[in-house]
Amino acid sequence: MSLKNKAAIVGVYEHPTRFAPSKTTYQIIAESAREALADAGLTIKDVDGLFNAGAGFSLGLADYLNVNPSYTDTTNYGGSSFVGHAAHAAAAISAGLCSVALICYSATPVSAPMAGGGGGMPLDPASNFENPYGVTIINGYALTAQRHMHEYGTTSEQLAEIAVTMRLHASMNPNAKYRDPITVEDVLKSRVISSPLHLLDCCVVSDGGGAVVMTSAERARDLRKKPIYLLGSGEAMRHGAGGHRDLMDIATNDSARQAYERSGLGPKDIDMAMIYDSFTITVLMQLEALGMCKRGEGGAWVSGGRLRYDSEFPINTDGGGLSSNHPGMRGIFLLIEAVRQLRGEGGPRQAKKRLRTAVATGIGGILGYRHAAATVILSNE
Amino acid sequence: MPEEKEKRTYQKFVPVFDEENRPFWEATKRHELFVQRCRECGFLQFHPRAVCAKCLSSNVQWVKSAGKGKIYTYTVTYQNPTRGFRDSLPYILAYVDLDEGVKMLANVVDCKPEEVKIGMPVEAVFADVTPEVTLVNFRPAR
Repeated sequence: MSLKNKAAIVGVYEHPTRFAPSKTTYQIIAESAREALADAGLTIKDVDGLFNAGAGFSLGLADYLNVNPSYTDTTNYGGSSFVGHAAHAAAAISAGLCSVALICYSATPVSAPMAGGGGGMPLDPASNFENPYGVTIINGYALTAQRHMHEYGTTSEQLAEIAVTMRLHASMNPNAKYRDPITVEDVLKSRVISSPLHLLDCCVVSDGGGAVVMTSAERARDLRKKPIYLLGSGEAMRHGAGGHRDLMDIATNDSARQAYERSGLGPKDIDMAMIYDSFTITVLMQLEALGMCKRGEGGAWVSGGRLRYDSEFPINTDGGGLSSNHPGMRGIFLLIEAVRQLRGEGGPRQAKKRLRTAVATGIGGILGYRHAAATVILSNE
Repeated sequence: MPEEKEKRTYQKFVPVFDEENRPFWEATKRHELFVQRCRECGFLQFHPRAVCAKCLSSNVQWVKSAGKGKIYTYTVTYQNPTRGFRDSLPYILAYVDLDEGVKMLANVVDCKPEEVKIGMPVEAVFADVTPEVTLVNFRPAR
């Protein structure tokens, strides 16, 4: 059974906060839910599906929001989880297990560093063979970047281009954490955190949250905003593979293929992309896995401003995790900005080309250790 | 007691022993590196576990590694605020491709950050970091 055009995103809201010392994560979730539901023309009473990662048991969140969902999903494989939730929600709606799904998230790592809901690295059996050596989130991505440079000749300048474009987009987003334009040289001159990644190759750390509302395509047609249909989805993982892992083979190779097969579309049919930008290398390797260029050719492909909002293939028009916000798990913002762009609500940063389709794709976890990819293809038609 | 003192001064993460991984850490204490092979399907694996990561057989045996390999990829980490690691910056983290055919993560020691390269031959060295724990690292092959 195909999920193509069965469900739609009908409401979105990105909480504007980037620093919220006076708010709890539950409060940010509730405020986001209220506004996303209002965006859809629905209320909290309509919600019977609850999707979240980072807030712990769904019981506590349901209690706080005072909802009694018939369907809950707390799948958590890191930052891409919310993209996966969109696929799971479409399946649940399509199967009649719920009718209005609320996908929600908040974390406040800046104002409350010990609060849950961030990316983090849970202890699992492999950790005993990694943590003694000083693994961090960043050096797990750096290991992958170094290998990509070795195999394909990718350069720090090419990676920097991605950060520069995200900052340009953030300059047009009043809520973005960092809005002053930067150059390739600025990225290269920023200090090395873990070679070959510089400070400006890394996403920001912010507080934040957001919510997404989905329902059936049929019901969506009667709601306030133009429905944004889910055409296809995919999910996949990569990990140590018993010591046989090829770091250049990322999970998005599978999640993107599934999303293309299920939607009947291919890379050439995609008008813009929201790509999880935990680090510049994360974007480059996902672009390759999406089939926008061949594996290893991402460095050349991203050069020359190709990813700008006014180019042939805009990505991360909100400024992404590299400049706008990253509370630890950013996947929900990929969905939110893709919907805003497909609705034409991007304001000054609205893609210049006509948009009919967008892909939102994320990497959760850590590229060099364990990661999960989730991909959805969305359309306003 | 000197042992107590040493235990306190080592501040980095130490592995948590359990019945699955204990033989591995007992071997490192003898300055030996072990990987595992499945007696059913022949799969060679790392990190060690109670079952084969290919066929889930419980019939896995410990196989001694010669401790030789090549650097598959590396990174020089300049920032890590975690206790212990913040005092030993910068350090080299690498995946080593063991000659037996599995990758493992470790620090590269006795090597300047500017000298580490992908493909560099390395050999295992053992660091007795606490009275209980010996870690496997690698250094440029001699």
